[in-house]
Amino acid sequence: MPAFPKKLLWVLLALAFLVPLLHPLFPDVVSGYRLFLVSTMIIAAIAVLGLNLLTGFNGQISLGHGAFYAVGAYTAAVLMDHLNMPYWATLPCAAVVCFIVGYLFGLPALRLEGHYLALATFALALAVPQILKYRWLEGLTGGVQGIVLNKPEVPFGLPLSEDQWLYYYCLIVMVVLYWAAANMLDSRSGRAMMAIRDQYMAADTMGIDTALYKTVTFGISAAYTGIAGALSASAIAFVAPDSFTIFLSIKFLIGLVVGGVGSLAGSVVGGIFYVLVDNSAQALSLFVKNDLGLQFDLSAYTVFGILLIVLMYLMPMGIVGGVYLLMRRLRALRG
Amino acid sequence: MGTSRRGFVGGASALALLSGSTAAFAQKKYSDGATDTEIKLGHTGPYSGPASSYGAIGKCIEAYWKSVNAAGGINGRKVNFITLDDGYNPAKIVELVRQLVEQDKVLCTFNTLGTPTNTAIHKYMNQKKVPMLYVATGASKWGKPKEFPWTMGYQPDYHTEGAIYAKHILANVKDPKIGVLMQNDDYGKDYFGGFKEGLGKDANKIVKHVTFEVTDPTVDSQVIQLKDSGANVFFNIATPKAAAQAIRKAADLGWKPAQYLNNVSASVGSVMKPAGLENSQGIITAQYLKDPTDKQWENTEDFKAWVAWMDKWMPGANKADANYIYGFSVATLMHETLKKCGNELTRDNVMKQAANFQKFKLPLLLPGITINTSPTDYYPIQSVQLARFKGESWDLFGDVMSAEGS
Amino acid sequence: MEQFLQQIASGLANGAIYACVALALVMIYVSTDHINFAQGEMAMFSTYISWQLMTWGLSFWVAFILAVVFSFVLGVIIERAILRPLHNAPVLSIVVVFIGLLAICNSVAGAIWSYLIKEFPSPFPKSSFGIAGVIGPHQLGVVMVTLIVLGLLFIFFRYTPLGLAMRAAAQNPQMARLVGVRVDWMLALGWGLAAAVGAVAGIMVAHIVYLDPNMMGGILLYAFASALVGGIGNPGGAVVGGFIVGVLENMVAYAGNQIEKATGIYIIGNGEKLTVALIIVITVLTVKPAGLFGRVVVKRV
Repeated sequence: MPAFPKKLLWVLLALAFLVPLLHPLFPDVVSGYRLFLVSTMIIAAIAVLGLNLLTGFNGQISLGHGAFYAVGAYTAAVLMDHLNMPYWATLPCAAVVCFIVGYLFGLPALRLEGHYLALATFALALAVPQILKYRWLEGLTGGVQGIVLNKPEVPFGLPLSEDQWLYYYCLIVMVVLYWAAANMLDSRSGRAMMAIRDQYMAADTMGIDTALYKTVTFGISAAYTGIAGALSASAIAFVAPDSFTIFLSIKFLIGLVVGGVGSLAGSVVGGIFYVLVDNSAQALSLFVKNDLGLQFDLSAYTVFGILLIVLMYLMPMGIVGGVYLLMRRLRALRG
Repeated sequence: MGTSRRGFVGGASALALLSGSTAAFAQKKYSDGATDTEIKLGHTGPYSGPASSYGAIGKCIEAYWKSVNAAGGINGRKVNFITLDDGYNPAKIVELVRQLVEQDKVLCTFNTLGTPTNTAIHKYMNQKKVPMLYVATGASKWGKPKEFPWTMGYQPDYHTEGAIYAKHILANVKDPKIGVLMQNDDYGKDYFGGFKEGLGKDANKIVKHVTFEVTDPTVDSQVIQLKDSGANVFFNIATPKAAAQAIRKAADLGWKPAQYLNNVSASVGSVMKPAGLENSQGIITAQYLKDPTDKQWENTEDFKAWVAWMDKWMPGANKADANYIYGFSVATLMHETLKKCGNELTRDNVMKQAANFQKFKLPLLLPGITINTSPTDYYPIQSVQLARFKGESWDLFGDVMSAEGS
Repeated sequence: MEQFLQQIASGLANGAIYACVALALVMIYVSTDHINFAQGEMAMFSTYISWQLMTWGLSFWVAFILAVVFSFVLGVIIERAILRPLHNAPVLSIVVVFIGLLAICNSVAGAIWSYLIKEFPSPFPKSSFGIAGVIGPHQLGVVMVTLIVLGLLFIFFRYTPLGLAMRAAAQNPQMARLVGVRVDWMLALGWGLAAAVGAVAGIMVAHIVYLDPNMMGGILLYAFASALVGGIGNPGGAVVGGFIVGVLENMVAYAGNQIEKATGIYIIGNGEKLTVALIIVITVLTVKPAGLFGRVVVKRV
């Protein structure tokens, strides 16, 4: 997929940084709640970005990235709760821990392909909440009760609200990670990653150390998602095993596919979608119930399912893929 | 935002003060979410996901407010009830409750469901000073007015209930050897903690303690382990599906311990019948609400009223579902609370009124159980009565038991 | 010792459940090359249909047959209406469609029949067979039904022209088309058959785990693991895989218990049995990446 136009990227970024400052002008539109919502979108986008590095650019399927998200969140929570570590210092720790976990998991994954890798990762996502409740770890993880945390405080006496600071904090982390990912993909290593995805045999015979690249990609991907998890622990200010059910991993996958597999910009779109689809499904369900007055009980979950199918129907290559296709057709019409 | 006054001129309120008449000229005071015509209430529940059977509570409450609005509302105000799907996910509920409080600006939330979910919003609601009333969980942490003055529970807490079973076992079973089946989550732990505390120095009478996950297809393996331990008492801390499976499996194995079943699963329709009535005889539980499938209540006034209400407002719904009893009763309590607030619909006053019930008779509670709260007692229902399963219904026995006030 | 036998028996009984659902997964895979994550929810929906028919007064077996036929038709319709237009879409997009289907089946069943658990009758006579205290009549019945379904599928794929055509369509659609197989209808047929097998599984399972919209949530994962242990293209392997997973899981808990009894130290128990069982399954898969029974018998005839 072609890269995102650079100019547009800068404009969007500038907008993203300016928007919260509009709060005094439009207090109801740029509200704390909305910023918080966008922060959760950013966090989801980072998680999907991590998954995309693995699945989209390296061709390894994962149905279990919720596991790394959980490991990241718990790493951050435990460090903040037990060692009183400041919230910003937990990010690199979560990244390192998740990289190690991901790398180690990538080793057996070398032997597994397609559906088998899907099962292995799926199993990982299922196992992590169980492990969090494991009797000997309870002292650390708080067991089923989880850990209650504090929200990140605004540093250096900046004139920002908690929500504004959280937003900037997440945004900065995402920009850095996005930039790093774009650079990595544009390097020798990135091309090797993608070569393994497209032509495994050819890559192998050309002398690319496929095993090393695959496991390291697994580690990096896990680290990205783990950082997202650590951010979410700060944003939600609570971690519990119930937050990391198998459905979390499924949602990351949905975000990935709907945004665009193998597209960095697609990850961001997917992250936004991930949050938006839930809320719009609820709104739509309410609309049907209250405003159209239909007697049938159309739940938000049904709407969610229908939305997914319709989206795949309209844009089987994801939103970014669909937009590119549309642009190409328009250009062809004009030219 | 603070309190605001609307629709009133100074002279009129001065007059009201002078005449001392509070009925006609009572001061109107509003917080966010209340106006002359409307009261906004927020709610979240699991309409999807593994806990979706509890979604019935939200639906019931929604229908309740519809019926209240059709009858003219509360003191002339319509209730605008906003209910959202949190999927039993602590991360999701934070987002939804912020939407309810900051975007929709509700007066208060009520009956948000689940221990992990409510834990996630506990601090936030108290920082925002928004009442979080009658939460749908039996954990014991919801009644701490000193630390969390804006949060109040509803049902008897699991901890106390567990202790009551322990006391009953010690008093009635000779040489008890206890096997415990526990759902491996917050709710299971709470029951088990109370149970152990109730046993006190006899905690070593627990010979086997096994857990299961909500996702386990069956609990057969666990029940086999319990039987093998030689236990002669079986304490069943499970939600309906697993509870029914366990009762049936015990009978299939020919294991006949004295059985204690947590109130969460004490439903004739969704536990005892699926488990097999012949397998369920003699099981002991503690109750505070009337079981909809229990024939002994059929002719009581409040129960008949409930049936009529269900027929009118929730046609087609399965009346065997105890969640509808729960939803109706808790909504009635909220209704009463708002009614008592009169025209002073501020968050402070909502909390004040909620903490001011004396022996209030709430429909569908067992005879002899009433609502009691005070500024230092945030546990509305603290009494239960033991019941033994006999034939096709629960046979209440002994006195109504109350936990010590906090 | 008694506990050991009971745990094995209960593991086999659970294994039969997983095997049944795994068979349906394998069916779809053999005929369309996809793993259908909505399989469990579709089976649950079929089970509700049979329950509904029974409450309307039909006998168990009549309701059973009608539900299976209904599921077959539903499966064909889903393939024609939803998946047909997407046959060029990437695999992951199809997975998302399956997740959408899962959400719809689950929530619609909840809206129609509520989430309250329901009793589901067993067709097997109460005490004529089964070994008291070890394995109940229904459990034994489920094992038998699973084996019968397996046998029927084997015969169908092995000895009927239609079965051969279906396999050909899945493995090499272009060549199949050249020799006159109507490939697109074969895919639809595969969906129909898988849905029908799923319905059988659901109806057999429902007596044990009770009927509710979430009844398949946990089971699907076990079925998934079972199908893969046996080798995803192999119905026989899926059934054996089901039994292996079922017994393995109980044995993990049993072993943990024995260790605790002997040494007094808690290492593993019921909370970890699924995790440990999955670790064992995955370890096996890394050694034998095509599953225990390869991908031979049915796929490569």
